[in-house]
Amino acid sequence: MPKVRVATAWFSGCSGCHMSFLDLDERLLEFAGKAELVYSPIVDIKEFPDSVDVTLIEGAVGTSEHLHLLAEIRRKTRLLVAFGDCAVTGNVPSLRNPIPRGEVLHAVYGDGSIPGLEEGEVPQLLPQALPLHAVVRVDHFLPGCPPPPDRIWKFLRQLLAGKEPELAPQDLRFG
Amino acid sequence: MIALRIDDIPVQAEPGQTILDAAKAAGIRIPTLCHLPGLSPVGACRLCLVEIRNWNGKLVPACATPVQEGLDVVANSDRLRELRRTILELLFAERNHICAFCVANGHCELQDLAAELGMDHVRFPYRFPPLPLDASHAKFGIDHNRCILCGRCVRACSEVEGAMTWGFAGRGIFTLVAADLGDPWGDSKTCTGCGKCVQACPTGALFEKGRATGEQEKRPAIVAALTERRPRAQG
Repeated sequence: MPKVRVATAWFSGCSGCHMSFLDLDERLLEFAGKAELVYSPIVDIKEFPDSVDVTLIEGAVGTSEHLHLLAEIRRKTRLLVAFGDCAVTGNVPSLRNPIPRGEVLHAVYGDGSIPGLEEGEVPQLLPQALPLHAVVRVDHFLPGCPPPPDRIWKFLRQLLAGKEPELAPQDLRFG
Repeated sequence: MIALRIDDIPVQAEPGQTILDAAKAAGIRIPTLCHLPGLSPVGACRLCLVEIRNWNGKLVPACATPVQEGLDVVANSDRLRELRRTILELLFAERNHICAFCVANGHCELQDLAAELGMDHVRFPYRFPPLPLDASHAKFGIDHNRCILCGRCVRACSEVEGAMTWGFAGRGIFTLVAADLGDPWGDSKTCTGCGKCVQACPTGALFEKGRATGEQEKRPAIVAALTERRPRAQG
């Protein structure tokens, strides 16, 4: 059986979901036996590859770069998973949303020239940090801040077996 | 006794009981949010909506509808599940209910219900309103971002404590729970500092100061415990 091509991406988030993914511990060996990690912040691949089976995206859509990458990922991925509360609800990054973007950046960087207000050397900060499904179609939602390793494994295992992942109520918990 | 059916189960109820009371006595679960035993029912959140089959499928709040002879009640159906999930999603979209750093994370009725009813995401755009937090009280705080306007604090304050500090100010989604006539809570002349409102609150909107994320456990059952100990008025 060919290996399932899995990718993960990291948008506006704290990387906690990826840390939780690494906390799969010895289950990572079973994962490696069934899946090939073709793109991820934890592997050194710069370009998002073609024809990926499953992509887990951590974090909210917060910058223009996220918008571009999200469109590319959606185009090249069969199943897109909102991975963790930031991707599902906006969560912590969306706390800035009631505040105008300029005020947020000035509060962080002080007065003077502010990177991120306009498109330039660094990606432009979007007016609001949004959940993935506000921008593209999302196939599955895996909530949690971060989702506990057991929950991730329960979900991934079903996906890797080619099944429609089903989560019990206790595995749908936010926070 | 009044005879009715709930989810095709024959149920006997006392006159004056609500559909929710009758269902609870029969072991049938109907989710609630604004309802709290010991407080008057208001039917504000609509999570306990049930279908009355012999009223052409009319939807009524179970907590505020008295039982009637021969009612044929549907308490759980795909339609009701979808409606209840939609209500929850609207509540989540309206304010900033971000569980991850809420004082009530893990002890929140809104969070519990979202999981129970299978809400894995919110299909409506979030509104992100800029709402204030009032920390002027010596012991407690109120974060309007977490408030679902269920009015349990308002009723606990007036019906159990008798202080009538809390009320609603504003209209529609701009409604805020307000102390006295909109004064900072800490300036309230009527608040006794009893904390019943905090215990009655189903979310992290009302909290004790000094609580960190996930530390604010609530004891809403004290409201019923207090009212049950009071002597009933005769007659």
